[in-house]
Amino acid sequence: MKKELTRQQHLDLYYYMRLNRAVEDTMVKLFRQNKIVGGLYSSLGQEAISVGTAYALEKKDWLAPMIRNIGALLVKGVPPRDIFMQHMAKYDSPTKGKDGTSHFGDLENLHIVSPISMLGDLIPVMAGVAIAGRYLGQKIVAMTWIGDGGSSTGVFHEGLNFAATQKAPFVLILENNQWAYSTPVRRQVPLENLADRAKAYGISSYIVDGNDVAEVYSTAREAVARARAGEGPILIEAKTFRRLGHAQHDPAEYVPKEMRAYWEARDPIERHEKFLMSEKLLDAKGKAEIEKKIETLLAAEREFAESSPMPPPELAEQGVYCTGDDCHKIAPRWERPKSEVMPPKSSVAAVWSVEGFGQGKASDGANAPIHFGDTPEEKLADESKPASRATPKTSAKKLAKAPSPKPPVRRKARR
Amino acid sequence: MAATNGSKVTFLEAIRQAMFEEMERDPAVVVLGEDVGVYGGAFKTSEGLLKRFGWERVIDTPISESAIIGAACGMSYLGLRPICEMQFIDFIVCAFNQITNFVAKGHYLWDAPAPMVIRGPSGGGVHGGPFHSANPEMYFVHTPGLKVIYPSTPYDAKGLLKSAVRDNNPVLFFEHKFLYRRIKEELPAEDYTVPIGKAAVRREGRHLTILSYAAMMHTSLEAAEALAKDGIEAEVIDLRTLLPLDEETILQSVKKTNKCLVVHEDTRTGGIAGEIAAILCEKAFDDLDGPVLRVTSLDTPVPYAPTLEEAFLPNAKKVFTAAKELARY
Repeated sequence: MKKELTRQQHLDLYYYMRLNRAVEDTMVKLFRQNKIVGGLYSSLGQEAISVGTAYALEKKDWLAPMIRNIGALLVKGVPPRDIFMQHMAKYDSPTKGKDGTSHFGDLENLHIVSPISMLGDLIPVMAGVAIAGRYLGQKIVAMTWIGDGGSSTGVFHEGLNFAATQKAPFVLILENNQWAYSTPVRRQVPLENLADRAKAYGISSYIVDGNDVAEVYSTAREAVARARAGEGPILIEAKTFRRLGHAQHDPAEYVPKEMRAYWEARDPIERHEKFLMSEKLLDAKGKAEIEKKIETLLAAEREFAESSPMPPPELAEQGVYCTGDDCHKIAPRWERPKSEVMPPKSSVAAVWSVEGFGQGKASDGANAPIHFGDTPEEKLADESKPASRATPKTSAKKLAKAPSPKPPVRRKARR
Repeated sequence: MAATNGSKVTFLEAIRQAMFEEMERDPAVVVLGEDVGVYGGAFKTSEGLLKRFGWERVIDTPISESAIIGAACGMSYLGLRPICEMQFIDFIVCAFNQITNFVAKGHYLWDAPAPMVIRGPSGGGVHGGPFHSANPEMYFVHTPGLKVIYPSTPYDAKGLLKSAVRDNNPVLFFEHKFLYRRIKEELPAEDYTVPIGKAAVRREGRHLTILSYAAMMHTSLEAAEALAKDGIEAEVIDLRTLLPLDEETILQSVKKTNKCLVVHEDTRTGGIAGEIAAILCEKAFDDLDGPVLRVTSLDTPVPYAPTLEEAFLPNAKKVFTAAKELARY
């Protein structure tokens, strides 16, 4: 899979991972200087996921980050200064100091939806983005991320189920870093693979080594293409590890040493760098150039951010409502004839007719009836020969998973 | 009032007409909710919409209130104007987080307008029991970023729902189900809207002001007629919008009558009456000749048995008694 990528793609992935880490390193310094107002969350060791998945999106596509997806924002085009200023609550930050961290968005240009702290809420929202994009004929894909912890919220299930019933062009990255704050994944979910959650909604899923950026990217690229082609939502479970605590304040002493050591030896940036060097896609000189570029960029971005003022107190009571006619600039961008969704073209017979009803398409290839009376008699007669009941067309492809890597998660490392 | 379409329509039909006409006017308007499509909604408020506007614009959803609200919010980010139906407004609390944290805060925090409407049948008096009779408006009146509408007439329901669809903010639209088929009104044939945030004086009077909304507005009018027979002329004001509240109209009336009674079907503690009493204390203290009184439901869940529900709800007699007491000052 790695060989399919162009040199430029490999180098881009490397650059953005390095940038992601450097931005966060800079913020740790700012945090220690008390320049960060609130908490600081880290994606150390998880950069390959943010970068590799977001890199699979086109400019017109939409994404919504979670707290550990700074890399995705950088790939989408957010300047590092915005991330610094968000954390420092500066007036020039995207939220003008009204919110911090990755909690900001850009509807008009970058197509980013802001997250909130409540986990899973982005899933139905991004399903709605995907459905609206399809309705307007824009051929977009919507992507968001969720952790192993967030995958247990009710809205995760409501959102993914709704997206599946609507066949929304939506890709959900389930970033399994194995810890929800201090609770290990084994105490949260009785599944070996969280990708299995996809089965409940009859959607496709993949499992990837989340610390292998090229594999993450190739998988995401395939998932995005399939979602765009109309196959419905796709779930990618990326196995990884949260190298630091929940946030800066948390030393994460509850994490077994061996587990940390195992994953530190699989650092996604070092791995990719080794690969690039061995394939002669990058040399020491090229690496130094990238480092210099990032250093120069971040010095300037940090300076800009630090010199931005705090918001004036009178801002506190402004902006609760969208007022006046100018406020709402998000007019729908139609890329299909409006007449298609207006009468008479939109008019239908208002009766239920569900294609494939009773075919048991979502039940893991077995052609089980959904309701009594749905299964034609000849199929019932076949009861004794289960193999002949499978509908190869749908079952093989829909439920295909990418070749799973040797699972990087070893249970013994996590006692 | 200009030309009408000749026949009287129910409150329910007024709401259906508003959705129908808005969908006809603007292809960005879509409807989603449980059983809104083929079945036409549990109360038939969306009957005929699917047939005319098709599956993409009239979406039957799973029983997932958070997904309905969340998806509508996402749709609004691309410029659509979704109308979400809560099958009974009681179920809106299943999406409480989605509404109060995601939808309501977006504009303040990151300049993201969410032009969407959340509507559904509310209120008691129809023996729906504790989970099909609620008046949960005050949870949302306490949430900056939302607008909350609670109309009492077919004319207002249609005009305010249209305003809600065209508003650039998330609007909650409560429809008192007791009124659905009980009141009728002739409506203008042409397109019209009723402005959000404006109260209406339903009956002029000089002795005291009764502030109310939704079904209780009719109860208050009934009490006012009885009061008139006793020589007390009550001014009855229909709040229509609870957030933002039309302070100007309230203050104007109270400065004239010097007495104020608030009547609402919502429970007592934390109801809008408390907020209004505070506003009057702050801004019209010198004009008041008596205490601000309130007639409300009891501080209990809505009970099921007709005898219990009757005891729970305000009625014209309770309003009459309170008004008489207030008039003595």
